[in-house]
Amino acid sequence: MQLFVVQLLSGLASAASLFLVASGLSLIFGVTRIVNFAHGAFFMLGAYLTFTLTDRFGGPLGFWGGMALAAVLVGLLGGLFEILLLRRIYRAPELFQLLATFGATLIVQDLVLLIWGPEDLLAPRAPGLSGAIDVLGKRVPSYDIFLILLGPLVLALLWLILHRTRWGMLVRAATQDRDMVAALGVNQKWLFTGVFALGTFLAGLGGALQAPREAVDHTMDLRVIVEIFVVVVIGGLGSIEGAFVAAILVSLLNAFGILILPKISLVLVFLLMAVVLVVRPRGLFGRREGAARMSGGAIMSVWKPLDRDGRIVASAVVVAAALAPLALGPYGLAVATEIAIFVLFAASLHLLVSVGGLPSFGHAAFLGLGSYGAALAVKMLGLPMAPALVAGPLLAALGAAVIGWFAVRLSGVYAAMLTLAFAQILWSIAFQWAPVTGGDNGLLGIWPASWAASAAHLYWLTLALVILAIGALRMIIFSPFGYALRAARDSDLRSEAIGVNRRDVQWRAFVIAGAGAGLAGALFAFLKGSVFPDTMGVSTSIDGLVMVLLGGVETVSGPIVGASVYKLLSIWLVSHTDYSKLVLGLVIIGLVLLFPKGIVGSFPLLHPRRVAPREKAAA
Amino acid sequence: MLRNGLNSLFALLAALMMFASARADDIKIGEINSYSGLPQFTEPYRKGWRLAVDEINAKGGVDGKKLVVISKDDGGKPADAVTAANELVSNEGVALLAGTFFSNVGLAVSDFAAQKKILFVAGEPLTDAITWSKGNRYTFRLRPSNYVQAAMLAEEAAKLPAKRWATIAPNYEYGQSAVAVFKKLLSAKRPDIEWVAEQWPPQGKIDAGSVLEAIDAAKPDAILNVEFGPDLVKLVREGNTRGTFQNRSVVSFLTGEPEYLDPLKTETPEGWIVTGYPWSDIKTPEHEAFLKAYQDTYHDYPRLGSVVGYSLMKAIAAILTKAGSTDTDKMIAAAEGVSFDGPFGPVTLRAIDHQSTMGAFVGKTALKDGKGVMVDATYHKGSGYLPSDEEVKKLRPQN
Repeated sequence: MQLFVVQLLSGLASAASLFLVASGLSLIFGVTRIVNFAHGAFFMLGAYLTFTLTDRFGGPLGFWGGMALAAVLVGLLGGLFEILLLRRIYRAPELFQLLATFGATLIVQDLVLLIWGPEDLLAPRAPGLSGAIDVLGKRVPSYDIFLILLGPLVLALLWLILHRTRWGMLVRAATQDRDMVAALGVNQKWLFTGVFALGTFLAGLGGALQAPREAVDHTMDLRVIVEIFVVVVIGGLGSIEGAFVAAILVSLLNAFGILILPKISLVLVFLLMAVVLVVRPRGLFGRREGAARMSGGAIMSVWKPLDRDGRIVASAVVVAAALAPLALGPYGLAVATEIAIFVLFAASLHLLVSVGGLPSFGHAAFLGLGSYGAALAVKMLGLPMAPALVAGPLLAALGAAVIGWFAVRLSGVYAAMLTLAFAQILWSIAFQWAPVTGGDNGLLGIWPASWAASAAHLYWLTLALVILAIGALRMIIFSPFGYALRAARDSDLRSEAIGVNRRDVQWRAFVIAGAGAGLAGALFAFLKGSVFPDTMGVSTSIDGLVMVLLGGVETVSGPIVGASVYKLLSIWLVSHTDYSKLVLGLVIIGLVLLFPKGIVGSFPLLHPRRVAPREKAAA
Repeated sequence: MLRNGLNSLFALLAALMMFASARADDIKIGEINSYSGLPQFTEPYRKGWRLAVDEINAKGGVDGKKLVVISKDDGGKPADAVTAANELVSNEGVALLAGTFFSNVGLAVSDFAAQKKILFVAGEPLTDAITWSKGNRYTFRLRPSNYVQAAMLAEEAAKLPAKRWATIAPNYEYGQSAVAVFKKLLSAKRPDIEWVAEQWPPQGKIDAGSVLEAIDAAKPDAILNVEFGPDLVKLVREGNTRGTFQNRSVVSFLTGEPEYLDPLKTETPEGWIVTGYPWSDIKTPEHEAFLKAYQDTYHDYPRLGSVVGYSLMKAIAAILTKAGSTDTDKMIAAAEGVSFDGPFGPVTLRAIDHQSTMGAFVGKTALKDGKGVMVDATYHKGSGYLPSDEEVKKLRPQN
């Protein structure tokens, strides 16, 4: 009984801080539809600013005042970020804003190091709440009790703002149907800015409140970001009450789960999310979004297979790439091989995201399955390289068949988060199942067979396989199957009316994309000589998404350019600067502003025929 | 559009090639570490190796040749470390590789070194695998391994009256093997001991309150802790408030290292038995010379990372001097059994498993003037805690 009460209290205290951050994210997504990857960065800034301000002012007033000021500053910063950056790209394709927030995250990570230094910082304890109170003979931190009371208080305040003010009414209206709100003459700009500032204020407050109970350090953002996304999705996007219930659910399950299975916290939230989404496709409190008024197809350009000029360019590129070993040394070739591998990875993701309209936050799962499939074929079955290169994609396709079967039953960000949940579950299997996967220490000694051992041979092999795979993907895009896939993406109802089985078509696309990423993963294993769980970690999935978005989500060739630019840039920056994240983040934000439709999508000159058919029809 | 992308691609690749500029008289050392991923350790580490390289070069280098260190960031990812290693070996033409922090990064580079037949001197990675189960001819490791640290702590732990033990460790290979070795060695010394609870919070995401109450519920007499970094701070803060550490012995890996002890400030717990680096209390001539040189150069005190970085370059200089060549086979032959003087005194790289005999300080934590310090610290040589040669031969692939 004593243990039960104490675990209940510490679970509720964790839930309160989780809820504060998650509610801000949920609010932002609900109104602006922005997947705000930078939410963790704002959380971290809240904690760092609290450290500095409480340190400077001192005393109880300085402490609580400094905390509040830190949260307000973060909110202002968030508003500024929205005005200066996000406002310019609301018209960009769906998910594109994610790229800007990702860039901001990278910048903040290096900035806090530059400003506050690398050491973990210790903010003071809260004056008046530094001790513990006695609960059934156990000492419970009084700060925990404060947090437990604060959570519902913030929920109530948010509820009042949303339900009893005119601004709140507009926010709720925009969450339900933002096109209608705009049509009624509401100035969306300031509504969005206000919501973004409030959301980031809550993130900053969450960070500020954490400062007195943990260390302030430069990895805080990544530690919370995935978890709060999970909480928001379990609760239902845009639902504050949902975030509250989900935060409590996650925290209590963790507090009690570790009593039975001490290793459970690694996957618990993802298991919970997978179960919730399978049972309730819109989370616990999520509501059906208003029907999209702008159909995706209407703003998308018409896709055409390469014409004669295009084929000449493509052949020239292939020839140039094939001749690369004449110009490059072993290192240059290894980098080129890595780029080719990620081109295939991005192209396979593109089939899901752009062609199928199925955003995925877990595509690294298939890259990882391909890597492990190939590595295990070598290590456990003793197979040579060639069959291992088949085993990888096979395992990945199998995984995609399972994950895809569930994911196609959901839509939008929910589907994306379900893929993330599965990817994280697979990651934790690779991480935990040490006898087979080697756990965190990975599988070593997966080097190419002697016929492919030299850098040039491995490069040519990779290039040939990647070109074949990308050719196949393009053929699929322009095949009847590809048209059915795009039809299902653009209009579920209309495609159903002409006899397209959306789920079946999308499920097949999942298997194809999984196999493509699996081939990339198998090649990656032989390039690196080893496989580690982080290949299927969240950051690899995000990298893939960034490549597709950077190239242009509405184009066919976008992922090829996006992956080449992003991978080359990141390898080069890591090798040549100490602050590669800062520079990479700035470059990404620059590209976002310069090319709001992605690099390829922003060059209409390169698509001479894109608009032509319609003009002809008009004439 | 393809053309544009690929044009820029080749332009950048060409630029990459240009960097391979070399001065024939220098000895180039390729160094890789997680500079962006783990700056609290790698910044002092970088200062340490720079100091050593400057000292070596000021004395005329090795056989009249200057040491030039080309340093790369791996971002904490094994795959990126392999890319960096490849750049250093293929493009920069380094004579050997050195560095790394994380165990999986160290293993990836070690495997790369074996494949490319190049010498690799690992600095920090603690995993036993790097010299034992996954050991290879080309890899040496400087720091006392997980096993050695566990053996030192188990020796102290055996002296405690505590019978009921609980463990808290991050849920990955480092935490798992630290707990496994400590349990094995302590149970061997004290068959009367009972292991009553274990907690495995994910690294970086400890839910300290719940973890501590789960431990407390088992009523242990003593706790083994393997948490470090931000997780440690959170655990200690929460434990201090809840009184979980009161009237209990705590044995803790690495907590006495300034990297992890300093952030605890006023929260520093009293009397934990820890391994670490009490930099202000070491009065040996080797260390005083190192301390003075370090403080004169950087106006800051050294962390353990500084000692690792400094000793790493001293070890490499000793290998190069003894080999009289940058031929890999000659350097490996020279490295096996080579001795050098580091801030902790003489250290030997063992021929049998390529593990150095560098040791660690074992002492107790204390709070002094609002800061955490390590007191009653004694230096334990690594050689005294490694298993017998027969056992090592069983642990390490022999070929």
